[in-house]
Amino acid sequence: MLQIRAKLIYNKNITGNFFHLTLRAPRISGKCLPGQFISVKVNGPNEPLLRRPFGIHKVKGSDMEVLYEVVGRGTEILSQRKAGEYLDLIGPLGNGFDLGAFSGSRASSSPVIVAGGMGVAPLLFLAQRLRGLRASSPKLRTEVLIGAKTASSILCEKEFKNLGCDVKIATDDGSRGFKGYVSGLLERGLNTGRRPPIVIYACGPRLMLKEISRISEKYNAPAQASLEEHMACGIGACLGCVVNTKKGFERVCKEGPVFRANEIIWG
Amino acid sequence: MRKKEARLAVNIGKLKLKNPVMVASGTFGYAEEFADFMNLKQLGAVVTKTITLKPRQGNPPPRTCETPAGMLNSIGLENPGVDAFISKKLPILKKIGAPVIVSIASEGDPDEFISLAKRLDKINGAAAIELNISCPNIRGKTSLISQDPGSTFKVVKMVREVTGKTLITKLSPNVTDITEIAAAAEKAGSDAVSLINTLTGTSIDTDTKRPRIASVIAGLSGPAIRPVAVRMIWEVSRKIKIPIIGMGGIMDTPSALEFFIAGASAISTGTANFINPALSVEIISGLKKYLARNKLRDIKELVGTLKS
Repeated sequence: MLQIRAKLIYNKNITGNFFHLTLRAPRISGKCLPGQFISVKVNGPNEPLLRRPFGIHKVKGSDMEVLYEVVGRGTEILSQRKAGEYLDLIGPLGNGFDLGAFSGSRASSSPVIVAGGMGVAPLLFLAQRLRGLRASSPKLRTEVLIGAKTASSILCEKEFKNLGCDVKIATDDGSRGFKGYVSGLLERGLNTGRRPPIVIYACGPRLMLKEISRISEKYNAPAQASLEEHMACGIGACLGCVVNTKKGFERVCKEGPVFRANEIIWG
Repeated sequence: MRKKEARLAVNIGKLKLKNPVMVASGTFGYAEEFADFMNLKQLGAVVTKTITLKPRQGNPPPRTCETPAGMLNSIGLENPGVDAFISKKLPILKKIGAPVIVSIASEGDPDEFISLAKRLDKINGAAAIELNISCPNIRGKTSLISQDPGSTFKVVKMVREVTGKTLITKLSPNVTDITEIAAAAEKAGSDAVSLINTLTGTSIDTDTKRPRIASVIAGLSGPAIRPVAVRMIWEVSRKIKIPIIGMGGIMDTPSALEFFIAGASAISTGTANFINPALSVEIISGLKKYLARNKLRDIKELVGTLKS
């Protein structure tokens, strides 16, 4: 963990309330793992008081990218910050995805990425890293399932395709792809045909992750889920962001944000 | 010749601190979380997250939320219990080189304070004990020890009788007259008082009509409560002779200075550690600069200098 002043390189609206933010952080970018996050102080002191956590969306050399949605005062202020300004940044934070299943030469399972809404944010970085890991076998495509409310709110489809991923879409209203939740799309895929063992990587709303956890148990496919929780410190000190697990309360910012889905007591 | 640097050392009971900047209980974990951001040895002292006799899993989430210029928390004293604290956390804390003040609380029976104090009395790495009689987040409790001068006197005296270690009593601001409570702690033999703990508060999500914190009532901290803290320190400093450790919304050197001027001998950073983990060491150098600029040779010359 490092605290630095990072230069804001780019901060633009991409669609709807979604923004792309690029920060120059040479001392941090190289240390980041997919699934980890950073925390940013969006402005000066007092108001809003706390830092804001963001999943790492992409890393390119000394730059790191964040994909965020304006949902409140903190992100509203962040969306008004301009290129050339500096932001107080701490990172990298938390534990990322376990890619152990794909680092050996005998890796036999294939990854399936499941993203719901804003959940795509940390998963693009994961796809980027998986591509690097599987570079020696270019035929092994990573499957990516993206869920969105409607066709116009689908995020990152092109970016995943550019990484050579096999992308499938689900929309709540059926305006594109599978009609229904992305978890339903995942289950449909598992129901049909024989397939090699898979590892599921998921990020999205809590109810979606709960559903993924159920599917993961039913089809005996291990799943890792990246959780989101309000955080005060982001560094493990305040014990504010805990989630109920089979081992008791665990900190989303420290033991997480990525957990084995079957370790979480979803309630 | 280079001017001699101003003296920052202060004594709290038997405890000698190289500077008066500490970190408040519950805002600094067991220090290990902060090692990446500073040389922990520079701190005047570290006050641990409160320890209870038995492990506590704490309150159900959500446990924190942001409020105007502040935050609410209801962690519920999550801690591994005194045995695991001594065997697992204290060895790490001892290595940092700053005095470790162990915060303790009872889960209901005040006698637990005696057991905890007896246990810690023999432990070398515990430089002092802070009695947390003011945590607002224990379920089912309607009143706090620190809301009654008689109960405060009784608990402090009980603990005083079983330990020779420096005793600090942490006071609640959720009272009509905090000076009565401070006076009771002093009379019972406390070496110092620390104030303020959080103010109780509630925040509501109007869409769901649910409280933003699961336990409904939580503790408010941050710059929003600073004027309350400074006022209480000023009032208490005119009533008692033992040192005051001041805290409540300190965000930078100027806000720390307010506490000294109001009458605090030492200060603690709290919520600000969540936002700027290295703040406490920044304040140490900020104090030195302020003293030099104002031609003061010792921080003690600043304590209680409010002109009124």
